[in-house]
Amino acid sequence: MKILLMGNPNVGKSAFFSRITGINVVASNYPGTTVGFTRGFLKTTQGDAEVIDVPGTYTLDPTSKAEEVANEMLKDGDIVINVVDATNLERNLYLTMELLERNIPVIIALNMWDDTVHRGIKIDLERLQQLLKVPIVPTVAVTGEGIKKLVSRISQAASPSIKKRTHEQRWSAVGNIIEQIQTISHHHHTWLEHLADASIKPLSGLTIAFIVLFFSFMVIRFIGESLIGYLFEPFFKVIWSAVMMKLSLAFGSEGLLHDIIIGKLVEGKIDFVQSFGLLTTGLFIPFGAVLPYIVSFYLVLGFMEDVGYLPRLAVLLDNLMHRVGLHGYSIIPVLLGLGCNVPGILATRILESRRERFIAATLISIGVPCAALQAMILGLLGKYGWQYILIVYGTLFLVWIIVGAILNYTAPGFSPELLIEIPPYRLPPLRIMLHKLWTRINGFLREAIPIVFLGILVVNILYVLKVFDCIATFFAPIINGLLGLPEEAISALVVGFLRKDMAVGMLGMLSLSAKQMVIGCVVLAMFFPCIASFTILTKELGIKDMLKASGIMIISSITVGALLNLVL
Amino acid sequence: MTQNETFTVNQMKEGQVGKIIEISGGYGFTKRLHALGIRSGKMIIKVSSMFKRGPVTIQMGPVQVAIGFRMAGKILVSLEEK
Repeated sequence: MKILLMGNPNVGKSAFFSRITGINVVASNYPGTTVGFTRGFLKTTQGDAEVIDVPGTYTLDPTSKAEEVANEMLKDGDIVINVVDATNLERNLYLTMELLERNIPVIIALNMWDDTVHRGIKIDLERLQQLLKVPIVPTVAVTGEGIKKLVSRISQAASPSIKKRTHEQRWSAVGNIIEQIQTISHHHHTWLEHLADASIKPLSGLTIAFIVLFFSFMVIRFIGESLIGYLFEPFFKVIWSAVMMKLSLAFGSEGLLHDIIIGKLVEGKIDFVQSFGLLTTGLFIPFGAVLPYIVSFYLVLGFMEDVGYLPRLAVLLDNLMHRVGLHGYSIIPVLLGLGCNVPGILATRILESRRERFIAATLISIGVPCAALQAMILGLLGKYGWQYILIVYGTLFLVWIIVGAILNYTAPGFSPELLIEIPPYRLPPLRIMLHKLWTRINGFLREAIPIVFLGILVVNILYVLKVFDCIATFFAPIINGLLGLPEEAISALVVGFLRKDMAVGMLGMLSLSAKQMVIGCVVLAMFFPCIASFTILTKELGIKDMLKASGIMIISSITVGALLNLVL
Repeated sequence: MTQNETFTVNQMKEGQVGKIIEISGGYGFTKRLHALGIRSGKMIIKVSSMFKRGPVTIQMGPVQVAIGFRMAGKILVSLEEK
């Protein structure tokens, strides 16, 4: 049996999905969090059922890619759980009407039920059930209220077999129902609603945006640095280093196996950046350098997502995004890309046209460094001084704007205007936020550790085989002549294809000057996507556009690197 | 302003209430607005507009929707008393 979770965007389908299947998916407070789909399983009275979290859709008459996906999936579902936002019944019931016209049993989860009370909305459940002729269960997905009851009633899902209507007829049917079952008493603006209005008006909105972004940055830095300073660095420097030294002695302090597992000793000691062994650098990069910033970044991003701030930021930044051929909503893929480019590129599906998706995905790969890369840049370049970090970020931002502007003029097609629903502000329960943070950290560790390990292994073997020396001689004119980097830096650029954080770590082994380090970081950030982003880029854009995007990346990274080499 | 004059959403002032009279756009455009519940006969309040022809935010019942400037220019309303 196949159960489809369907409903308008941002009604809590993903939270609902996590509740009934126990599978962790990322849910947020903005339309379009789910762009692909996730499957899970649920035990019902009639045996195991497959549950699918379908992307949110306003109508079965598709207007975007995500809606097309939803429409396709409806064809092979057996039961639909229609998740409905109880605080916005009128708009939500339109999709319900369409679903009831299809020949598929439906059960309705009247979600966000708790919110109706303080919004002064009264819904006559009994009457609504009579009118729609399908079972209705009030639920609160974030707390789990009503979920068990809903699951126990899935078998009662019904198909009232209504004949197909025009959309005027549907809207009038919805209007009729609403009149009979819903009363709204006037309620005064809560402080959250006042804040919501202020954050979307130009003057107060931009002030709030500035404060929010500034504080987010400070909080990310503070949490990241504190985790490193008080937890991860002491652990690696004191405890792990001692354990590794003992192990190193047991291996006889040298030899191929020693160098792969422990790495090379620097002045008789382990250096977690330079030693480059599996258990030293291989653990230090993901855990000691990157994880702290992953934690702090996703904590802050998760909070902004769940509160519902991001769509407002999209409205405020709409003008800026139009300069690069996008509209404001593309700020969401960009922000996700600052965590990891993969979900960022996937999230470009919320954009309507192919042209927008191409521009957004290219810009994310070229000018949006992921958290892992940023953590390494902060860690290694920070030693030379903050001004150099500013140069890296400033350059990437300029590149982003300039490449975007060029793509805006040259990419064929049309970029539509912004049209989005602005969700109300909601205060996310702490438990939900921590859960989502854990899902993302878990995802990072599963993704990063195997590749870092594999990378270190491959790099060590290539060193022994002197492969890098051959490549270095071949590319010397570009690396040395144009970029002003030592030839060995090519190994870092090659490794950048596996993971960029590790590649920056390799730059750290070369004892570069501050200028060289800046150039190295910028080129690495822009040069070529890591293998994970590369795969997703190919999948999302197709081979032709992916090659186009890669060409743009290679040309612009070498150009920018050479310019920096001249200017700095 | 008399009540039977029509304005575009862009011409409304912040806080003004209006009833949608007509959406003058192509099929695809009207379809997208309809999907969000924006259709003739609906009462809307203009919440804000960004400067330099930025998006306009309107409130319809419990929902707020941000609409690009050119799109908002195609939504015609008659002003209503609050």
